[in-house]
Amino acid sequence: MSGTFVGMPAFPEAAREAVANKTLRGNLRHATHTIRAKRAKAVTEVSDWAELREAGKRIKDHTLRHLDRYLVQLEESVTAAGGVVHWAADATEANEIVSQLVKMTGESEVVKVKSMATQEIRLNEALEAEGIRAYETDLAELIVQLGKDRPSHILVPAIHRNRGEIRDIFSREMSEWGRPAPEGLTDTPAELAEAARLHLREKFLRAKVGISGANFMVAETGTLVVVESEGNGRMCLTLPETLISVVGIEKIVPTWRDLEVFLQTLPRSSTAERMNPYTSTWTGTTDGDGPSTFHLVLLDNGRTDTLADEVGRQALRCIRCSACLNVCPVYERAGGHAYGSVYPGPIGAILSPQLRGTGSEIDASLPYASSLCGACYEVCPVAIDIPEVLVHLRERVVQGGEVTREGNKVVLRPAKGHAAERAAMRAARWAFTHPGALRTGQRAASRTRRFHPRTLPGPGKAWSGTRDLPPVPAEPFRDWWQRTRGGKDGAR
Amino acid sequence: MRVALFLTCVNDTLYPDTGRAVVKLLTRLGVDVDFPMAQTCCGQAHYNTGYRHEAEPLARHFSDVFGEYEAIVTPSGSCGAMVRELYPRMGERARAEGRGDTLAATLAPVVPKTYELTEFLVDVLGVTDVGAYYPHKVTYHPTCHGLRGLGLGDRPRRLLQAVKGLELVELPGADECCGFGGTFALKNADVSAAMGTDKVRNAESTGAEVLCAADNSCLMHIGGTMTRLRTGMRPVHIAEILASTEEEPAV
Repeated sequence: MSGTFVGMPAFPEAAREAVANKTLRGNLRHATHTIRAKRAKAVTEVSDWAELREAGKRIKDHTLRHLDRYLVQLEESVTAAGGVVHWAADATEANEIVSQLVKMTGESEVVKVKSMATQEIRLNEALEAEGIRAYETDLAELIVQLGKDRPSHILVPAIHRNRGEIRDIFSREMSEWGRPAPEGLTDTPAELAEAARLHLREKFLRAKVGISGANFMVAETGTLVVVESEGNGRMCLTLPETLISVVGIEKIVPTWRDLEVFLQTLPRSSTAERMNPYTSTWTGTTDGDGPSTFHLVLLDNGRTDTLADEVGRQALRCIRCSACLNVCPVYERAGGHAYGSVYPGPIGAILSPQLRGTGSEIDASLPYASSLCGACYEVCPVAIDIPEVLVHLRERVVQGGEVTREGNKVVLRPAKGHAAERAAMRAARWAFTHPGALRTGQRAASRTRRFHPRTLPGPGKAWSGTRDLPPVPAEPFRDWWQRTRGGKDGAR
Repeated sequence: MRVALFLTCVNDTLYPDTGRAVVKLLTRLGVDVDFPMAQTCCGQAHYNTGYRHEAEPLARHFSDVFGEYEAIVTPSGSCGAMVRELYPRMGERARAEGRGDTLAATLAPVVPKTYELTEFLVDVLGVTDVGAYYPHKVTYHPTCHGLRGLGLGDRPRRLLQAVKGLELVELPGADECCGFGGTFALKNADVSAAMGTDKVRNAESTGAEVLCAADNSCLMHIGGTMTRLRTGMRPVHIAEILASTEEEPAV
């Protein structure tokens, strides 16, 4: 995974700013709670939701287990349908391939469908370095691009912005990128949408090259699928002469029939819609209809390394619905930028440290960005046990261990900064396997209780800054039990 | 029935009243309660912070101490979930690491017979009216591991509804985490505090005097936030409410 946000501070530090930003917290709270409630309702409408969830999980697990076979089948199908398949081991390779393909067309502008994969590899920046301008056409991506901002949500990249902020961005920036915003633009949704429509239409009609991702790839037919709400994606997929799709290798499903499951669970989980408004599928090229040239760039970028981890690999089941973000109490307060990746929220907290490794400060802190409340697992339409993977990755951070990096097995050393914690955990383990020692400690705490400070020094400050500690009781339970012999003689 | 009380290290050290309440309640319901003195900690804090290998000896110790009892009752949703959900997983991981079935075999006996208190009352004893009296306005916070880990469902609520004199009011956003999360409260203190504040403000909006839950760790975080925000509300463990009677009312 690219270093989109590498050099970011660790999660707690990045989150502190967001927690203190009242506008941001208000925007996030409003948006996540609205989507959350709608999703819950949309899911209860389906009588076999539990079975669909299980089916989605199994299809994905089966595909991942035989990924090598299905990738080869996909390549054959795409090639047979007139497309060209390229393999990219990492972000650099993928960006080079795409830049070359665009250059070969002689164009210096491309239109883009919202795509997580191209954000992951920072394609726009790579194209810009080659003198190619990429125009985002998804409304929220447009807001992020015009605002020189970063996306903060998988599905709603501009979730952290309110209408007033969007109006300001449009009025100020649209003229830099093409058709300016109308004079006197207000913050009503209809006016904002109309401004975006006029601005984007010029781009759609002019562009000769489109770049997309895909939600799914069907191995048996070589078909790619994009689901979206606005229809802008379909414009990008059908109007240009050349279409380049950059897709993570885990996005395969074996057959068309498998789509049946995900086309039910994805829209309900993400936008709480019974069916997404636009489902576009394309298979290679067709004479006289749509792009005449089609390239598929299959992106690894840490995915086969992730697949090698038997606990962590379930993260690759993710269909990017973002339901876990919308229910996560930590995401709601910390915002998407604190996760230092295009994949924020609970799924980002397990995906980024696997795709990128736990070497950077931000990646080593992400497994701790959760209270393990389990709401993310409960809503996940492919049943990714996110808390399980978080704990697994915490273990990797504090204890090190064997992982696969770029196809090779390497032994990670424990991350720095955990020595005191490790010593405390060992000491606690010793005391807890020696009940006598625990009891001595409890008694000492009880006897000295009048002298306990109200605020704590060292790491305890993190607690006592905002919360009072309970007073230590005069007598721990076990002493009371022994004194009263279990309370059986009437003593209380 | 020979029932062991697994009080948890937090309750034993900081909240002995909860333990006394469980003993009083179960004894009133005719259960013969024992408190094995060698018990310590289930290992949850170690496990969830990433120290699985430090948690394993604690899990073994737990099995040694509690293995012989017919049932193990704990007034903590998260420690109950540790035994029921995560002990089997620790066994599986040990097996996957080529360490054989020893750990799994050691832990297996305690897994199915460990019950969270409200679960034990409703499912094993088959009671919802425990003869309690508690004349206060109460709101209930279902803690995450009880709610989603153990699937306690409406058991605690049914028990509370049967308490004489108790007025139960719904907590807005009840199923949202309070922000404790063990070491999360220290490692991500700002987010944890923001979550705690929202939980307390929601509780305040109900007009209840008492916020009740089935886990003292969460109550420690919520209660500490309540006093710091000077709300006048009190955190109370559900065991203390259920143990309270007209003859011996809890304060």
